[in-house]
Amino acid sequence: MIRFILLQNRQGKTRLAKYYIPLEESEKHKVEYEVHRLVVNRDPKFTNFVEFRTHKVIYRRYAGLFFSLCVDITDNELAYLESIHLFVEILDHFFSNVCELDLVFNFHKVYLILDEFILAGELQETSKRAIIERMGELEKQE
Amino acid sequence: MNPFSSGTRLRDMIRAIRACKTAAEERGVVRKECAAIRDSISENDPDYRHRNLAKLMFIHMLGYPTHFGQMECLKLIASPGFPEKRIGYLGLMLLLDERQEVLMLVTNSIKQDLNHTNQYIVGLALCALGNICSAEMARDLAPEVERLLQFRDPNIRKKAALCSIRIIKKVPDLAENFVKPVAALLKEKHHGVLITGVQLCADLCKASPEALDYFRKKCTDGLVKVLKDVANSPYAPEYDISGITDPFLHIRLLKVLRVLGQGDADTSDSMNDILAQVATKTESNKNAGNAILYECVETIMNIEDNGGLHVLAINILGRFLSNRDNNIRYVALNMLMRAIAVDSQAVQRHRATILECVKDSDPSIRKRALELVYLLVNDTNVKPLTKELTEHLEVSDPEFKGDLTAKICSIVEKFSPEKIWYIDQMLKVLSEAGKYVKDEVWHALIVVITNASDLHGYAVRFLYRALQAAVEQETLVRVAVWCIGEYGEMLVNNVGRLDIEEPLTVTESDAVDVLETSIKSHSCDLTSQAMCLIALLKLSSRFPSCSQRINEIIGQYKGSFVLELQQRANEFNSIIERHQNMRSSLAERMPVLDEATFSGRRAGSVPAVVSTSQGVSVILPNGSAKLGTAPVADLLDLSLDDAPAPSSSGGEFLQDLLGVNLMPVSLQPDTNQAQKSGSDILLDLLSIGTPPAQNSPSPPQLLSSNTDNRSPLDILDRLSTPSAPSAQIFSTGGNSSMLDLLDGLPSSPPMSEGNGLAHSSVTAFESSSLILTFNFSKQPGNPQMTLIDGSFTNKSQDVFTEFIFQAAVPKFLQLQLDPASGDTLPASGNGSITQKLRITNSQHGKKSLVMRIRISYKVNNKDVLEEGQIRNFPRDL
Repeated sequence: MIRFILLQNRQGKTRLAKYYIPLEESEKHKVEYEVHRLVVNRDPKFTNFVEFRTHKVIYRRYAGLFFSLCVDITDNELAYLESIHLFVEILDHFFSNVCELDLVFNFHKVYLILDEFILAGELQETSKRAIIERMGELEKQE
Repeated sequence: MNPFSSGTRLRDMIRAIRACKTAAEERGVVRKECAAIRDSISENDPDYRHRNLAKLMFIHMLGYPTHFGQMECLKLIASPGFPEKRIGYLGLMLLLDERQEVLMLVTNSIKQDLNHTNQYIVGLALCALGNICSAEMARDLAPEVERLLQFRDPNIRKKAALCSIRIIKKVPDLAENFVKPVAALLKEKHHGVLITGVQLCADLCKASPEALDYFRKKCTDGLVKVLKDVANSPYAPEYDISGITDPFLHIRLLKVLRVLGQGDADTSDSMNDILAQVATKTESNKNAGNAILYECVETIMNIEDNGGLHVLAINILGRFLSNRDNNIRYVALNMLMRAIAVDSQAVQRHRATILECVKDSDPSIRKRALELVYLLVNDTNVKPLTKELTEHLEVSDPEFKGDLTAKICSIVEKFSPEKIWYIDQMLKVLSEAGKYVKDEVWHALIVVITNASDLHGYAVRFLYRALQAAVEQETLVRVAVWCIGEYGEMLVNNVGRLDIEEPLTVTESDAVDVLETSIKSHSCDLTSQAMCLIALLKLSSRFPSCSQRINEIIGQYKGSFVLELQQRANEFNSIIERHQNMRSSLAERMPVLDEATFSGRRAGSVPAVVSTSQGVSVILPNGSAKLGTAPVADLLDLSLDDAPAPSSSGGEFLQDLLGVNLMPVSLQPDTNQAQKSGSDILLDLLSIGTPPAQNSPSPPQLLSSNTDNRSPLDILDRLSTPSAPSAQIFSTGGNSSMLDLLDGLPSSPPMSEGNGLAHSSVTAFESSSLILTFNFSKQPGNPQMTLIDGSFTNKSQDVFTEFIFQAAVPKFLQLQLDPASGDTLPASGNGSITQKLRITNSQHGKKSLVMRIRISYKVNNKDVLEEGQIRNFPRDL
């Protein structure tokens, strides 16, 4: 199960943080700081997996943004790596050529997309088209 | 319009915050914005409510407190429109979690929304529930969610399925309600519903054995068919990821099959075909394909045994291992670790590749590979594996050396086939990565070296060479210095040279050179320096020709600012200059350290050793204890062990070093009899070099239980603190050594004879050759003081020369010894030596006198040492 998802830029500013487990605010800040420290300086040739406390973080870097998933130690790393990419493709499609600023100004939409993609720490939908269509329907409700 | 009024749009606020140049400026903007939002909240203005909350969420992401907005979430959720509800639920998930009491208030709103006619609002409610529901909410809302599993829109069904996962995780009892609806979900065609249904099925199986049983019987075939269909499906653009249709669904299906197959041979059997197909047909040139293969391997490893599939699985991992992508290699190593339990032979075949991974530049890979190698070591491959690892030690990254060193040491200790190999490997590790070696590891090495008497020379020569090559490896320096101190003469004389050794010519002064270089090296820490001093002292006795030079080196530390070094230097200097006669026995070789006891203690007290390793490191093997609290406490511990029980539970290396020959032996029943052969910590400390033969084993009991138990510590304290105000150890005559060692002690005042009360005399000590009798008298008006006339008589046929009597008492007593009447004791009782003692008993009337004595003399030019305890003093002294 996914325990949390973080989107951070190189400077460590959190652009999106979604926790599927209850954590204190202070603990969340600590986690965000530690995960950033773990991933930011890793050689791009290295694995995309880092052990983090009793779990592991699967991360992937897109330009200046790090997408990190914290998952259980027995989870399939390669599958989660693939799901990060799928999420990025969805964002890219939705914002047509997504950049960090899109995520800053439309953070609530990013959360909405994420909620269509992952729920309760598990994958909810694997079709990019289905999610984009769903987002279109939701926007019509506004 | 003021850009910071509550009327600002979210977008404008974000711009304003982003425009801030400094953190202080940002705080200012946020403060103003929060104040405006608060005002708006208190005005209860519904128009701006969702805009305010959106702003608050952004502010929250920046790390500012936003708790005051929590109630706004609830109000928004309760409002009728979708846009308000959307922001309300988002705020609920961001600002609150399942532990807040406020959440209780929202249960009813969620319940209403789950029954809402607008399916998008139902979706919002399900999403919030799935992400933050508490056990209580789970119980209240489970029926609604269960009903929604059959909702007409697939988007709601899949959300309801994931929501159910959360519910049964919170309340496993509810699992049975979901079994039937889930069985229906597994027949769905919609991938989203299917993947969530499969996931829910797996979680139900974990939560309830009945559910597992049900799904095994009713759904296995269906799931196998679904997997078959997905695996064989033609190109489906909607779900295609690098040529594979929905790898995520593949993986979920493989996972649920694993849950079903585990522990059930029939079920496992029914999935063999499809697993074989997935394992052989899946493309492995892209990450998505590898992810499926990886999951497939895990399922094969976990379901009931099928030899053919296992081979297939291990081969896939073998291919993974040689993949260029680090991620793939990482998961392969991970999985091989689990595969060892299933088929270790098959994993052994990939040993060479795994070893290569230890040398990878990626720390994640290295760490996994090293752990795997560690699991692969056995008696047959330990030598080549250790060789490889040790060779890699030279070139590995500094941050990896610690882990690598620890693992090599652990392998060597666990699997070492013979001592010479053990010593060889450890010495290599010390030379390469000495600074990463833990204290207990080099302590153990010293224990092994002392026990391998035929390898003493070999080890010391090896270390001598290594020390010249690598001075900065701290633990290497320590072991080398210790060995050169102990076995210095073997270094020079090439004693016990093995065939494999290169000839080595070392002169006595070379050996001193190397110690001098070490002690003066900048990387030499306090412990190593102190060890160097001891080694130098030992060499001064082994190599008399270098004695003068050694004394000069030691002399340089007499002014050291470090008390420990200063004290040692002063003591050793005085030993070399003034006590030639006792130097050789002081600098005697250490007795062999007991391996079994050491390893037993180490095993029994690993945490203790780790936590006090700092303390241990300042204890030096040659019996000198630093005045730290921990070491002293240990000494105390040991010597306070009044009970005759074995002391092996103490758990500190120090005890081995100091008291190795104090191994447990039951207490002699008659404690009133002076123990002729007794030796104790104190005396041990005093007689570092006493040959073990004389130090026959005795219980680690120092003084009788009715004496002040703190005495040994105290005596030790005084021993090692030259400035101690009162000394309790005095010695006879001018030829004595202890008094001089403790330069600066007050000399005994002139003795005043008193006409004290007479007491009967006692035979305080009797051995086969010697009798000591005490006559007591008291001075009137001073009941605490007892005068003792000691008289020594020689029962043997030989004359005793250089006769020295020494005594020590517990803290509550004060002892003064007057000079003896002579130092030669005629044979066959023809005369005696007399000596007066004065004891002041500060606990007069409460405690009796007690004394430890030690008598040394020469018979026919041979040293004899007798020791004992005197407990049979009259009670009223």
